[in-house]
Amino acid sequence: MLIYSLKRFGVAILVTFAVSVITFVLLHASGDPAMAMAGEGATQEDIEYVREHFGFNRPMLVQYIDWFVRALQGDFGISIYLKIPVAEVIAAKAPITAILGASALTFALLISIPLGVLAAMKPNTIFDRIALTIAVIGQAMPTFWFALLMMIFFGITLRILPVSGNTTWQHFVMPSIALGYYAMPAIMRLTRAGMIEVLSSDYIRTARAKGLRPRTVLFKHALRNAIIPVVSLSAVQLGFMLGGSIIIETIFSLKGLGNLAWQSIQRSDFDVMQALVLSIAMFYILLTYLADLLNAFLDPRIRVS
Amino acid sequence: MTALFEVKNLTIDIPVPSGMLHAVRGISFEAMRGETLCIVGESGCGKSLTSLAMMDLLPTMAIRNAEKMTFQGQDMRSFSEHQMSDIRGSQMGMIFQEPMTSLNPSYSIGDQLTEMLIRHKNASRAEARERAIYLLEKVGITAAASRLNQYPHQLSGGLRQRVMIAMMLMCDPALIIADEPTTALDVTIQAQILLLLAELQKEFDMGLILITHDLGVVARVADRVAVMYAGEIVEAGTAEEIFNRPTHPYTQGLLDCIPIPGKTARGAKLGAIPGIVPSLVGVIEGCSFRERCKYASDACAKPGIELVPVSGIVEEHVTHDYRCVLSADQCVENLAGNA
Amino acid sequence: MTVNTSKLPDPATILEPSPTQLLTRRAFGHTGLMIGGGILLIMLIMALFAPILAPFDPYDQDLAQRLIPPVWHDKGSWGHPLGTDNLGRDYITRIIYGARISLLIGFSAMLISGVLGTALGVAAGYFGGRVDMVITFLITTRLAMPVILVALAVVALLGSSLQIVIWVLGLLIWDRFAVVMRSATQQIRTMDYVTSARALGCSTLRIILSEILPNVANALIVVATLEVAHAVLLEAALSFLGLGVQPPEPSWGLMISEGKSHMFFKPWVIAIPGTAIFLLVLAINLLGDGIRDVTAPENRN
Repeated sequence: MLIYSLKRFGVAILVTFAVSVITFVLLHASGDPAMAMAGEGATQEDIEYVREHFGFNRPMLVQYIDWFVRALQGDFGISIYLKIPVAEVIAAKAPITAILGASALTFALLISIPLGVLAAMKPNTIFDRIALTIAVIGQAMPTFWFALLMMIFFGITLRILPVSGNTTWQHFVMPSIALGYYAMPAIMRLTRAGMIEVLSSDYIRTARAKGLRPRTVLFKHALRNAIIPVVSLSAVQLGFMLGGSIIIETIFSLKGLGNLAWQSIQRSDFDVMQALVLSIAMFYILLTYLADLLNAFLDPRIRVS
Repeated sequence: MTALFEVKNLTIDIPVPSGMLHAVRGISFEAMRGETLCIVGESGCGKSLTSLAMMDLLPTMAIRNAEKMTFQGQDMRSFSEHQMSDIRGSQMGMIFQEPMTSLNPSYSIGDQLTEMLIRHKNASRAEARERAIYLLEKVGITAAASRLNQYPHQLSGGLRQRVMIAMMLMCDPALIIADEPTTALDVTIQAQILLLLAELQKEFDMGLILITHDLGVVARVADRVAVMYAGEIVEAGTAEEIFNRPTHPYTQGLLDCIPIPGKTARGAKLGAIPGIVPSLVGVIEGCSFRERCKYASDACAKPGIELVPVSGIVEEHVTHDYRCVLSADQCVENLAGNA
Repeated sequence: MTVNTSKLPDPATILEPSPTQLLTRRAFGHTGLMIGGGILLIMLIMALFAPILAPFDPYDQDLAQRLIPPVWHDKGSWGHPLGTDNLGRDYITRIIYGARISLLIGFSAMLISGVLGTALGVAAGYFGGRVDMVITFLITTRLAMPVILVALAVVALLGSSLQIVIWVLGLLIWDRFAVVMRSATQQIRTMDYVTSARALGCSTLRIILSEILPNVANALIVVATLEVAHAVLLEAALSFLGLGVQPPEPSWGLMISEGKSHMFFKPWVIAIPGTAIFLLVLAINLLGDGIRDVTAPENRN
């Protein structure tokens, strides 16, 4: 178990490193940081000066190593637009995205797990069909469009929720639903498939033969086993949600990391973009790592061996 | 003596795309306290479904019907799922065929044993634990106390089946149903488990219904035997009668398939029953075994062949019924002529 | 020697239905597959025959005819069945032309990611060992990178055009191809017919092309449909944020973006193009699910 988690940790570090290299190369090959830094209307001379002064004329490998050494010390550069250290900017915006991600995942789990369980208990009934239809529709809805439709309905027609900003908890309701809805179909389907498989297993028949109450059979014996793969999927989905937050935060004007990413892209703020991709990737890697550990904890076949 | 469990004219139907599958076609039997009843038959003859029907654990699409179905004198047909779950495990236990998959992989042995006593007898955790240790020792598991913290995947198939048996004994049930409990185990383990079951049945004075296709097993433990073929009981009686005077051609065929040390000559041909079990979809007119029976005649195709007592050749207090158009004497003569 | 074939019964009446017949029968009996296939067919016809079908020119502006509501609205008319946008361009025309962009980007991005992902997945599954380790590492790394964020950043820096959007998406969404192909190949690699091909001395390339690929084709088709849908959704999102297809092209995502400022009082400006994206993605997903059910009914759900 210890060796397993150490091995997984090693891979996680390597993946983080690889992401940082790829992002650095991608960004620097796609655009010119010197031009971005010099700003609009800068002359060729200004740009050349910036390139020289900040070392953008060095080979990319040297630039990367330079960035990497500083990053190891917690220095991710300075936002060229905001003129403050990137780490500070990210730390300031992260809580909003964290709240959004957590509430979106909670919403998705609260809807999709019960739905998946109910669909599995009564397969091929009207109920199952409704659940599957919701999943199929959910998968086909563009997130941003769903968000706009909600804005029109809840914000304008019903006037019960604010459409932009992040000052009260009500501001987080629609963004969380919009972001969480995206993860629902996959979680619902996996819960349903897992429950159907588990419910037809021999040990559930045993549990019933033991005369346990139906809810004990369902929750203690069935759900506990069906939920194990859902844990991993939820981690992956939360990671994807952070990526998707760029759209949702932009639409609802939530001033979190997604919004910061969107603004940095428009301002060609290289260091912020690099750090954002890296931190979202790191968070994803951390999540999947934790999910693996949680899996091992939930499944005695991995835990005790 | 009143029967512990009694069923009359039990039928189990399963709708399939091509029609209605009549898996069990009107069988009747009873189980007594302190007695082992063996239900014997080939795969697909409906014996496992019968056992599930007794526990009301049939798959949802299966339709169960019976003229009479009582457990300790109570009519089981009117039981709600809630009432059924009170009886299951506490008064009526069941042991399944697949020990490898019949225990929940996520919970420790101790948890799975104790939860029954906590559920049915309101026992405290400590009491339940104590009884679990006692029973694990009873079923021949060493270091019982430390086993409680182990998980199913850490135990071998034989051990898991022992745990399963201990689990079903937790609430001291009146009746245990064992559905091919040794089929999935190594041959060396099979005998141990069976003898254990037989011993425990005597010790706790329970009724035991043992479902099997293995006549060798039956010969060792059965008090009474019911032979099933294509969803019907074709012959039933005391074990002694069935083994000494097999009457139905199918029973004779089955017995002919197993070698008996000392009796069967080295190199002698073992019997085999030609043909396959008929399709159970739709109605079967007449004897279901006639396609494979070497004594079959036109009379066998006529409907209404009932299970009747083998008269004349048995003493009065010994039951022995068979389902064949031939007279019992004729059947026995056939067997003698064959040998 | 002549054989009188007329005496033989018609083979169709005595033989079991052929696999193809069975497949066709199952396909036509599958509601989802039929609905998905039907909608997709309509979209394909729209895309192919856009100049014939569309009543107007998609770029023609008429500022006197701005934001006309669709025909079912009180103030709508058949002159512009789906109304006009804020520059007075006919909406149905732009929707019809928009199908071209969505389908073009969807299929092209799928092809690029499909070639890349399948090559990686098959290589990982077939060779195993070190190759598998490296490719699995690549897949993990790719999954860790947020697609939309990276796509937006790269498109923003490179400048956006149809080609750039296609290449960026194609190079980003190969992960599912690789994952599915890897496990499918792993299963097939151990089959006897592959072992026997190897025993016969077939080259690795030949074995992969003639033994492995045909047997993973079903899984490949299912993933391909999912990825077309994925690419369509990503393009819409990119265009919505202004970093995908550029104006005045009639991309559905861009139409939603352009209509956004009017959506509170004229909701149809975003409802119509959104429905178009939704229907296209729904159709492709239904088709993919249907193909999976029909080709491997035992793997339902």
